[in-house]
Amino acid sequence: MSNATLNRLTPYVFLAPAVVIMGLALLYPLGYMVFGSFRAWDPSQTLGESTFVGLKNYVTLWNDPNFRESAAVTLKFAFTVVVVEMFIGVGLALLLDRKLRGMSVLRTLFILPMMIAPVVVGLVWRYMYHPTLGVFNKGLKTVGLDSVDWLGQHALLSVIIADIWQWTPFIFILALAALQSLPRSALEAARIDGATGWQQIIHIKLPLMMPVLIVTGLLRLIDAFKVLEVILVMTEGGPGLSTEILALRISRTATEFRELGVAAAMSNYLLILLLMLTIVMLVYNRWVEYRATRAMRIAEENL
Amino acid sequence: MVTEKSQHPGFYAIIVMLIIMSVGPIAIMLINSFKLDVDIISGSTGLLFMPTIQNYETALCDILPYELDHLDYCALKFGGAFINSLIIALVSTVLTLIIGCMAAYALVRFKFFGRDTASATTLMVRMVPPAVLLVPVFGLWNNEFCIDKASWLGSLIRETFGGRGDVCLAGTHSGIIIIYVAMNLPFVIWILQSFIVQVPRQLEEAARMDGASPFQVFFKVVLPLIKPGLAAAAIFTFRIAWNEYLLASALSDRDTKTVPILIVNNMSEFNVEWGVIMATGMLLAIPPIIFTLFASRQIITGMTAGAVKG
Repeated sequence: MSNATLNRLTPYVFLAPAVVIMGLALLYPLGYMVFGSFRAWDPSQTLGESTFVGLKNYVTLWNDPNFRESAAVTLKFAFTVVVVEMFIGVGLALLLDRKLRGMSVLRTLFILPMMIAPVVVGLVWRYMYHPTLGVFNKGLKTVGLDSVDWLGQHALLSVIIADIWQWTPFIFILALAALQSLPRSALEAARIDGATGWQQIIHIKLPLMMPVLIVTGLLRLIDAFKVLEVILVMTEGGPGLSTEILALRISRTATEFRELGVAAAMSNYLLILLLMLTIVMLVYNRWVEYRATRAMRIAEENL
Repeated sequence: MVTEKSQHPGFYAIIVMLIIMSVGPIAIMLINSFKLDVDIISGSTGLLFMPTIQNYETALCDILPYELDHLDYCALKFGGAFINSLIIALVSTVLTLIIGCMAAYALVRFKFFGRDTASATTLMVRMVPPAVLLVPVFGLWNNEFCIDKASWLGSLIRETFGGRGDVCLAGTHSGIIIIYVAMNLPFVIWILQSFIVQVPRQLEEAARMDGASPFQVFFKVVLPLIKPGLAAAAIFTFRIAWNEYLLASALSDRDTKTVPILIVNNMSEFNVEWGVIMATGMLLAIPPIIFTLFASRQIITGMTAGAVKG
C-alpha cells in the first residue's frame, strides 16, 4: 500500500473500532429491543422463534395498574429528588461561593458519595435505616421519641433521602463552577449600583446561571430515572409496589416473570418518556440561553 | 487569615455539619466493618469495641493463603469476585481509553463532524438507562452473539481473552467488558475531544515533517499532551465498570460474578451478616475513594465539562 493511501485511510482506521463496538453493543441491541417489544418472547426462545403479537405488549402494559403505579412512583421519585437537590445544591453553592481556605478539601469530601458504588450506598443506608440497629432510630430513642419504620411505611421517603444525600453534591459542584465562571463585570456593576446580596442573587446570578442550571437539572433528571441498585438493595421495590421504579420493574419482568417482550415494551415506554423530557428541556434551554445572552449584552451596553 | 476577612461562626458550623453529613455514612460503614456481628447487634454505640479484621478475612476466605480458625467452610467467595471485578474494570478502562482516544483524535483532526454531534451522541447514550439495555443484551449475548456465528469478532475475542470454544458472549468476562466499553465510549470521546482540540497543530506537523507516520504522531506526540483528559476519562470509566450491577448480573455466570452481584445476593437473605457485608462494601468502595482523594480535580473537570462551558 502506498503512503498516500495509508494517510487517506488513517482517520477511518482510527474511527473504526469505536463505530464497530458502539454499533454492536448499543445501536443493535436498541433496535433488537424495539423489534422484540412486538413479540411474545420468553428467555428460552431466540427472538426468531417468538411470535409476532403487534401492539399487544404495549396495550397490556397501558392497562396494567401495576405498571401505572410503578410509572407514578418513578415520576414522583425523579421529580422530588431533582427539585430538592436543585434547591439545596444551588443554595449551598450561593452560600459557599467565597474565598475560603480548604475549599478544595471540602469539594473532595463532597464527591465521595457519588463515587462509591450504588450498591454500597444502598447497603449503608439500609443499615442506617435498620429498625433497631440503625443510627436514625437510635438517635430518636436517645431523644425519647418513638422509632420510625423507615423502610416500611416511609419507604419512598427514605429512598428519596438517600438519593439526596448521594447526589446533591453533583448539583452543588456544577452550580459552584457556574457561579465562578460568571462575568465579573456584571457583578461588579451591580455592586457599584448598590444592589444588596439578595438582589444580586435574584436579578443577576440566577438568571446568568440559568442555562447551566437547566442542563444540570436535565442530567440529574436523566440519572434519576436510572437509579436502580440503591433502591434494589434498600427495599427491593417493596413494601408492595411503593418503591418499585420502572428500571426495577423492567428487570423483574425480564428475570422473574420471564416476559422479555413485555419488558422490552416497558423499556421502550421509559425511553420515549426520557426522550420527550430531554427534548423539552433542551428547547427550553435554547430559549433561556438566548435570553441570557441578550440580558448580558444589555448589561454590558449599560456599563 | 492573611487576605480573607473572617467569616461568621455560623458559617463554619454549616461547613462542619456538611462534612459530617457527607462522610458520616461512609465512616459508619468503616467502623462497622471492624466490628464482630455480636458487637453490632448488641448495639454498643461509638468506638468502644475491639477492632478485628475477622470480617475481612471471612470475606476474602477463598483467596487467603492461610486457614482461618473461625471458619469451617468458605461459603462467601468474595475473593474470586474481586479478581473478576478487577479484570473487568481494568480491561474495560484500558480498551475504552485506547478506542476512545483514537476516535476522538480522528473526529478532531480529520473533521468528520463537529463537537455538537459528539455531545448530542453523549447525551443520547447517557439517556439510555442500563435497565433498558438489559433485555436486548441478555437476548443477544445468550442467543445471537455466539462465537461461531460472529466469526471474525469471535476469533478476535478468543485470541485476546482465551474463550472456551463454542460459547456465547454471555457468561464471559469479554461479554461484560464489551457492553461497558460501548456504554462509556461516547463520554470518553467527547471529553477527550476537548483536550485534543487544544494540542497545537504545528507540533504534529513538525513531527510529520521529521517522517513520523500518523500512528507515531498520535502515540508519541498527542497522547502525552492530553494526560489530564485521559486521567478524567479513565476514572469515570473505571468507576462505572467497577460499580455496575444490573448488566453484570444478567451477563455473568457462576465464575464471572463481580462484587456488586455478591453483595446484592447476600443482602436479600433474611439474616444479613452486617459485619462481613460492610467489610466487602468497604473493599468495593476503596478504589473509588482513593481516586477521589488523589484526583478530585480531574473528577470535577469531567463532571463539570458536561454542563459548564469554558
